[in-house]
Amino acid sequence: MSEPLLEIWNMTASYGRAQVLFGLTFQLRAGEVLALVGRNGAGKTTTLKAIMGLVPATAQRANFKGQSLSRLPPYRIARLGLGYVPEDRRIFTDLTVDENLEAGRKAAGAGRSPWTPERLFELFPNLAEMRGRRGNQMSGGEQQMLAIARTLMGNPDAILLDEPSEGIAPVIVQMMAQAIRVMKAEGVAVLLSEQNWAFAAGISDRAIVIERGEMRFQGSMAELIADERLRTETLGV
Amino acid sequence: MDLSFLAIQALNGLSSASSLFITACGLTLVFGVTRIVNFAHGSLYMIGAYTAATLVPRLLELSFGPVTFWAGILASAIIVGLIGILIEVLLLRRIYGAPELFQLLATFGVVLVVQDLTILIFGPEDILGPRAPGLRAPVDILGRRFPSYELVLIAAGPIVLGLVWLLLRKTRFGVLVRAATQDREMIAALGVNQALLFTGTLFLGAFLAGLGGALQIPRVSAHAGMDLSIIAEAFVVTVVGGMGSVPGAFLAAIVIGQLQAFGILIFPKSTLVVVFLLMAVVLAVRPYGFFGRPEVIGGTHAVGIASRERSPFAVLAVLAVVGILAALPLIGDAYVLKVATEILIFALFAFSLQLLIGVGGLVSFGHAAFFGLGAYGAALAVKWLALPMEAALPTGLLLAALGAALVGAFVVRLSGIYLAMMTLAAAQIVFAVAFQWVDVTGGDNGIVGVWPSAWASGPTAYYLFALALTTAVVLLLMRIIDAPFGYALRAARDSAARAEAIGLNIRRHRWIAFILSGAAAGLAGGIYAFSRGSVDPTLLGIPTSVDALTMLLVGGIQTVTGPLVGAGVLHVLRDQIMPLTSLWRLVLGLSIIAIVLIFPRGIVGTLRAWQEERA
Repeated sequence: MSEPLLEIWNMTASYGRAQVLFGLTFQLRAGEVLALVGRNGAGKTTTLKAIMGLVPATAQRANFKGQSLSRLPPYRIARLGLGYVPEDRRIFTDLTVDENLEAGRKAAGAGRSPWTPERLFELFPNLAEMRGRRGNQMSGGEQQMLAIARTLMGNPDAILLDEPSEGIAPVIVQMMAQAIRVMKAEGVAVLLSEQNWAFAAGISDRAIVIERGEMRFQGSMAELIADERLRTETLGV
Repeated sequence: MDLSFLAIQALNGLSSASSLFITACGLTLVFGVTRIVNFAHGSLYMIGAYTAATLVPRLLELSFGPVTFWAGILASAIIVGLIGILIEVLLLRRIYGAPELFQLLATFGVVLVVQDLTILIFGPEDILGPRAPGLRAPVDILGRRFPSYELVLIAAGPIVLGLVWLLLRKTRFGVLVRAATQDREMIAALGVNQALLFTGTLFLGAFLAGLGGALQIPRVSAHAGMDLSIIAEAFVVTVVGGMGSVPGAFLAAIVIGQLQAFGILIFPKSTLVVVFLLMAVVLAVRPYGFFGRPEVIGGTHAVGIASRERSPFAVLAVLAVVGILAALPLIGDAYVLKVATEILIFALFAFSLQLLIGVGGLVSFGHAAFFGLGAYGAALAVKWLALPMEAALPTGLLLAALGAALVGAFVVRLSGIYLAMMTLAAAQIVFAVAFQWVDVTGGDNGIVGVWPSAWASGPTAYYLFALALTTAVVLLLMRIIDAPFGYALRAARDSAARAEAIGLNIRRHRWIAFILSGAAAGLAGGIYAFSRGSVDPTLLGIPTSVDALTMLLVGGIQTVTGPLVGAGVLHVLRDQIMPLTSLWRLVLGLSIIAIVLIFPRGIVGTLRAWQEERA
């Protein structure tokens, strides 16, 4: 079993007076795909944002590659090698595809072959045909591809991927699954927040189930698939 | 009027458009990235002019020639750019998350500080700069002489546009700036250090302001007051062009330059009015200017008063305060009563603004318009209709209410920063009319001989009269704030979408709030006119609007009584400190900045927070 890349101990988060996360503890290991599943409003998106420092959160320990994340501003967290693809994609719609990629570019760590626009266009061939197009003239699926490609331009060791299959055509969902497999093959760990159970079950090594901000399950995806009672209770599938 | 004359006018228009664009371009860039409307941008322009007018002649003494001249202009702009960095690091960085009202006030604090520092450093005299070597001879255009320096200026605008375009399109800095303009949080999540980006943007913005100012030295002397005149025009350019849009600013500058050049032929006295009318028309048709876009959701954060449990002693407290104030003539001399009368007037003025800002979340930056309309309405009624005070005061109130109804009809469609800019523009229109329509308003000299009726003419009588009116109107407005109408306004302030969804016609509510607030401010203005016996355009100026805002800020924007306390404290301080120092604006500016940074809740808000903590 490989070393944990990202370690979260007892993380809580609140929006004003409303507490949303109640003590999550989990690890993301190098090169694995970890699914974060749960019903709408369970706290999946908040978990990812809290790790990135985008919502105020506390944790006993939040380490990435052995470095503490607590009190770091988001840009420092990103520079440690943690990528983030938000749920609403947040493409820079005034910028072209190439410019969006440029905005995400960061130098790769030693011993890694860096992501380049050309390599990313192999992963997402649709984007190659619209390099000069602006974000506001792209479909939802194309924006989703661009959002992932943009984050990969930062050469992250791990990527927090929020609902990549939401609201996009089935054929593109297939492409997303393929892209996640390629990332994994390249050694990029993925923390995948997903509502689409079939999608998550198909590509993840391990899974965390959260319900109303609390952890209900942590283990291998195979175990979760086998535990029908838990799935029905917490996910309705 | 022949062809050559028209050509010369068009060229004049283009050259002033160029200067305006260079300055406004910096303002719009800074707004695009930081979302702060930097009031101090005009001050940076002024510093650029003063620096160049001081620096370039010395350089020319060392080595006379065009290269030296242009190097001096560039060096001045770079110095201003560095000052921009200083402002970003010391102030702006701390208020990026603050409500926009605080941002506007804090940067206006910088305006005040710079005004006094400029006089301190460069002296009170205007400084006439050197003419550009090699560009002294005029050129011949269709048989008319045209200064060759103006031709260089005409070229400078498109050159700057081109360079800024290249910077934004072809460099990584430009890509990041444009990305940050759209989504600051996302750019941080991609690992970009916003602080550096913002500092860089402020350097660029300040550099352009400094360049705009430095380029003026062969045409006009550097003088105090150029800061506010350019900032008002630069605001118009950025708003008309669409805030954050560089090409929009360019187009708007051209339109405005031509409008000024030819407007002067049609209405010789109405150049200012024409410009601000253009802004009103453009915003009425396109609320976000030529190339602007609606503000990002969540970009505006209104602060205001919340509901509180009514204290059982409220009635007693009001009676006690009014009783004590009414007893003041027993102990105070005429001077104290005069100051007290002014405090009452400003308390009413500030309170009327609270109805818009604290209750309605409508950041009006031109409330002086209604104060001044009330004052001028009363004064004009005395001068031209020979009405007594009893009839002149309601005339002023009516004029202010009508003005507010007109302005309100335009601005209730807007929100946040566009509303602030639009109200500022409205106030500048009224200011321009009062200033330029000399035959009726007396222009700069204003109107004198506005005295109260005999029964109210003594200091005691007039003080009691002002007290009675102020008390009545403040109590009436408090009642309105606590009525369903007030709740509706607050609901619209906190979430316009939700308020609309439950069936509130928020535009109508806001419009009525504008009229009520304008009428109350107009009454304050009328009382003020009769207390001083005269009116003049300064009543309508930006500093008067900022005075009211400062009173709100000092007292506390989140409290009902804040503006009343704020008016008292600020006026007493002004009365005590102004005679002691020639640097009153420096003191006031630093105080405003300090309050924004340290006590954003104001006096009443801070006291109340202590009270609640102890309880």
